[in-house]
Amino acid sequence: MDGAQALIRTLDDLGIEYVFGYSGGAALPIFDALETVDSKIKFVLARHEQGATHMADGYARATGKPAVVLVTSGPGAGNTITGIMTAQMDSIPMIVVCGQQVTWMLGLDAFQEADIFGITIPIVKHNYLVRETNAIPRIAREAYHIATTGRPGPVLIDIPKNISQSPFNGDLDAPMDLPGYHPDESYIIDPEPVEQAALLINLAKKPVILAGHGAMISGAENELMELATKMNSPVTSTLLGKGVFPEDHPLSLGMLGMHGTAYANKAMVECDLIVNIGSRFDDRIIGQADKFGAQAKIIHIDIDPSEMNKMIRPDIEVIGDAKAVLKALNSQVEERTNESWIESMDGYKKKYPLAYKKQGGLRMQQVLDEIYELTNGDAIVTTDVGQHQMWAAQFYKNSKSYKWISSGGAGTMGFGFPSAIGAQFACPDQTVIAVCGDGGFQMTLCELATAVIHKLPIKILVLNNHYLGMVRQWQELFFDNRESGVDLEGNPDFVKLAEAYGAKGINIKRPADVGKKLEEALAYNDGPVLINAECIKADNVFPMIPAGAALEDMLTEPPKYKMEKPVGST
Amino acid sequence: MAHTIKTTDKKPTPKADIIGGHTLSMYVTNQPGVLMRICQVFARRAYNIDSVVVSQGRDPAFSRLTLGISGDPAGLDQIIKQCNKLIDVIHCSEHTSSEAVVRELALIKVKLDSTEKRTELLQIVEHFGGKTVDLTEVSMVVRIEGASDKVDAAIRLLVNYDIIETVRTGKVVMARGEQPT
Ligand SMILES: Cc1ncc(C[n+]2csc(CCOP(=O)(O)OP(=O)(O)O)c2C)c(N)n1
Repeated sequence: MDGAQALIRTLDDLGIEYVFGYSGGAALPIFDALETVDSKIKFVLARHEQGATHMADGYARATGKPAVVLVTSGPGAGNTITGIMTAQMDSIPMIVVCGQQVTWMLGLDAFQEADIFGITIPIVKHNYLVRETNAIPRIAREAYHIATTGRPGPVLIDIPKNISQSPFNGDLDAPMDLPGYHPDESYIIDPEPVEQAALLINLAKKPVILAGHGAMISGAENELMELATKMNSPVTSTLLGKGVFPEDHPLSLGMLGMHGTAYANKAMVECDLIVNIGSRFDDRIIGQADKFGAQAKIIHIDIDPSEMNKMIRPDIEVIGDAKAVLKALNSQVEERTNESWIESMDGYKKKYPLAYKKQGGLRMQQVLDEIYELTNGDAIVTTDVGQHQMWAAQFYKNSKSYKWISSGGAGTMGFGFPSAIGAQFACPDQTVIAVCGDGGFQMTLCELATAVIHKLPIKILVLNNHYLGMVRQWQELFFDNRESGVDLEGNPDFVKLAEAYGAKGINIKRPADVGKKLEEALAYNDGPVLINAECIKADNVFPMIPAGAALEDMLTEPPKYKMEKPVGST
Repeated sequence: MAHTIKTTDKKPTPKADIIGGHTLSMYVTNQPGVLMRICQVFARRAYNIDSVVVSQGRDPAFSRLTLGISGDPAGLDQIIKQCNKLIDVIHCSEHTSSEAVVRELALIKVKLDSTEKRTELLQIVEHFGGKTVDLTEVSMVVRIEGASDKVDAAIRLLVNYDIIETVRTGKVVMARGEQPT
């Protein structure tokens, strides 16, 4: 057995189901081990390393389990950067294995040598440069453990070719050696802040629960429901928390933030208590930090101590796993009705519904609304980044965890389609819809080949406005409508493009056709289907809180005055 | 003939707080790249590392790091948490001089052009409990050891002579009493 075979055996032992990757010289021994080792691991050849990382990411977001990315050194490793950064920003478990030049050539600018260990330090949870063949199983186990426990994240393992192809004569079950890493402590909850949190909760008259990705990662759905029901508190979720509390529940306010619902943002402005469960108070949801929750008490529950006081200074900090914290908290929470508060929220829901016009051309909102209805809100939806993403977040209500897959922290264009491939591999029996803009889809569309050869029945919804729509919206609002670098002149005929890859293509041009064309797409399960929806070119997403502005400055419709350029955030 | 000695000492009057506002002590695993991870935590948040002392721990699997840093004090708490979050960091904490022993060592090379100067210099060195560790007709290297402000004070006096260069180790810190650092 050589080091590469020891690696594959260890990954198999860890339960890794999929390796997404792209081959190359430095990774040859590892690719060979995929053939020579008898394992349950399935290898998927992507068409670009970035695609492979987003596939692993989509797999993880659909299952909570990590997949492996396997690439070669230099350019192969370099192409994974965006995908690793995307996973790190959103706390996604992932193991990236890179081939590397032989150890004695490191630092000599040898062929395809890149210091990927150094390059990725700021965008990984942890990384390794392996210098000893016998250390491979221990490092693989550590990588899996680090990626999946505590606050999850990507771990990179760089393996020089001589290390992977040297004979292995160590222990395949070598124990981990991580003296500085203690994720188990997240389950030991200090009772004092929990008691104080319960006190604040029991005093509140206008509470809001803010449910983030952390609540989902910890599997706190039931505890969250119990807390919300006891408190009779409205619940809003972050973009990544969508589904952890059912969005069709009467207490749900949907997503908050820059393009969140008006009622969620109103609730944040008017509440007297914010119970943040596993959200990192991202700048896209708090707006102007010093005005955020100024009128309210704030309880922050997070597994990561460095999130405390980072953006917002809470009144009570509870550090620990969200589910463990809620278990301790719920028994101390009294039943409340908060009638007038709930009534005022219901009033806002009536006053500011998410709505769109059906006249004057096809709107992305209509396509998303109809596909939501046709799939009973039960599909796995991945998105790219831009206007279509925000409208999808608004109109595709999620009632379950792990069904909404979107790049939040990084806002990575090109994420939507490959992440759908990963999700479809993970959940072959579920409907997977990739909601993409015409811009972002073109960044990773080469993965059509991957989807076609594996006959993945992904519904690729290209919401085509022939623009980099979200950027155009900002230019319209903040730069006197001066368009610069946003016109996607030269778009291909997406239906023909799909057909060229052997996928099915469907065009939607008229609002009246949306339902039947979507039905046709949903009924097709022999492989991927691309639906090109020709949408009106210049539409804007509302509500909108200009970047860095206070939540009370939310716009629910196009402004009638000239707007200041955002300065508080990008 | 006149010696031309090039001086590399660009700081004529060192300020008392030359080594910065905060002292952090870290215990980390002894592996390649660990320092890089730590430095990136500081650089990304616009903190300057004024001094860094690293040495192997008593257990060679670990290293002890003492960092003197300057930057917005409001962000210090965040920095410490980010350091603690690194897998390779066993612990990281701040130490104030009242609760910890802080020491550093400086080597100072001074130009000598007269016997009077030499005598004066030797008096200063003796006052600070320092030592002459190298002596030629034209130069002298003195060693001063102690708390950073003592080293600062010695340098302030020596500046009146021709300093060719100074090298400071940067501070090392240890908590007072039985408390571990
Ligand atoms: C890789 C990358 N490059 C640039 C951006 C900046 N950006 C954010 S949204 C957007 C426009 C997206 O256009 P499109 O994919 O057509 O979607 P639309 O907004 O029109 O729905 C751009 C360029 C980004 N988020 N990611």
